[in-house]
Amino acid sequence: MIKTDALIIGAGPTGLFTAHQLKLIGLNCEVVDNLDKIGGQCIELYPDKPIYDIPAVPECTGEELTNNLINQLKPFDIKFHLNERVEEVKKENENWLVKTNNGTSFSTPNVIIAGGVGSFEPRKFSPKECEKFENKSLFYSVKDKKIFKGKNVSIFGGGDSALDWAVELSKECSVNLIHRRDEFRGAQATIDKVHQLVKDGKINLYTQYQMASVKGNSNLESIDIKHDNNEIKNLKTDYVLGFFGLIMQLGPIANWGLNIDKKTIEVDTEKFETNQKGIYAVGDICNYPGKLKLILSGFHEGALAARACFKLARPNEKYRFEFTTTSTNLLKRLGKKE
Amino acid sequence: MAKITYITHDNQKYEVEVQNGLTVMEGAVQNDIPGIDADCGGGMACATCHVYVKEDWFNKIPKKEDGEEDMLDMAFEPKTNSRLSCQIVVSDEIDGLEVNIPSKQA
Repeated sequence: MIKTDALIIGAGPTGLFTAHQLKLIGLNCEVVDNLDKIGGQCIELYPDKPIYDIPAVPECTGEELTNNLINQLKPFDIKFHLNERVEEVKKENENWLVKTNNGTSFSTPNVIIAGGVGSFEPRKFSPKECEKFENKSLFYSVKDKKIFKGKNVSIFGGGDSALDWAVELSKECSVNLIHRRDEFRGAQATIDKVHQLVKDGKINLYTQYQMASVKGNSNLESIDIKHDNNEIKNLKTDYVLGFFGLIMQLGPIANWGLNIDKKTIEVDTEKFETNQKGIYAVGDICNYPGKLKLILSGFHEGALAARACFKLARPNEKYRFEFTTTSTNLLKRLGKKE
Repeated sequence: MAKITYITHDNQKYEVEVQNGLTVMEGAVQNDIPGIDADCGGGMACATCHVYVKEDWFNKIPKKEDGEEDMLDMAFEPKTNSRLSCQIVVSDEIDGLEVNIPSKQA
């Protein structure tokens, strides 16, 4: 059981700056995120896209913003729990008991949800029967490529993941690449390589096709794919890989007794506290009159929620407002003064 | 102002007046029309405001810009007449537009 002054759910820009604010005012905190890396939507959805509306930063990409926020946390010691999803939040005496899907548990007076629009989950195939084969012969990510050796593998998608795996697996498997249109959205060099492999007969390419159905009893035997003109083709296949990107799902957050409206959590604008004392929501996931889904709003919300955490984490102390330019206390925490 | 008809997958029809300058997505969200999630809020980053536009209208409304087709790759059951409703701006010219909402967004 990890004891901490505050637990932040979500390592996107808002979660990162909230951690900064907590550490600056002398509280400790830990951060949990379902993704395997820090940065949230900035890293997952638009690492290369420039952002133009961060105050005092005329232009930066999602990746640069994330790296700058990580740099800003350098003076502090903050533990990140990546690849973990918070499953359960429940009251235990005065504290919140928080459990992740990996079995990590925390006891804390303050839980700050900075979860964007929820956790990222792979987008799935639409035919219902695909579920039957999921994680057996149908996957949305590759954990161990050795299982595909010498097999028929059908890969769906038109982005970098689909193209990279088509190229990689074509070395040792028979690969079908299926995409809903003729254009791909991956890196040009990879697209060129795929077209070369198609020419060389190493990849069978089916464009303007989508998954229609999967066939087989205990083992997957074949799939039907359907052309835009409704023509159906049957492909013998041992494995199916789907790469349709990620979607954000609210997931377990919906079960924590919070007031939720249209996938967002209602908060007040003083502490950004939810209807549960000691649980706050900041960034895209919170909702209040006038809410703007901008990164800068998340920074403001996190700063205020951090001050609210102080009261519950240090009930016998009084929080004093200070500036980083002049406060010896803050400069010490920042490592700028002995 | 344009009258827009949203038809859900189970054939419920919602006819609403939407102000010029808003998007077809915003028209749906503001009028509580079910089936349009719009997770990213109109940023063309999520494909959860996906709609089907009937052929005659599909050719009449402004064409897709860069990026929309890429995002549609990730939509649930995309078809040749798929659009992201956050990218269709409402104007007098689209008065009478009908869009069909897929059975789900993801």
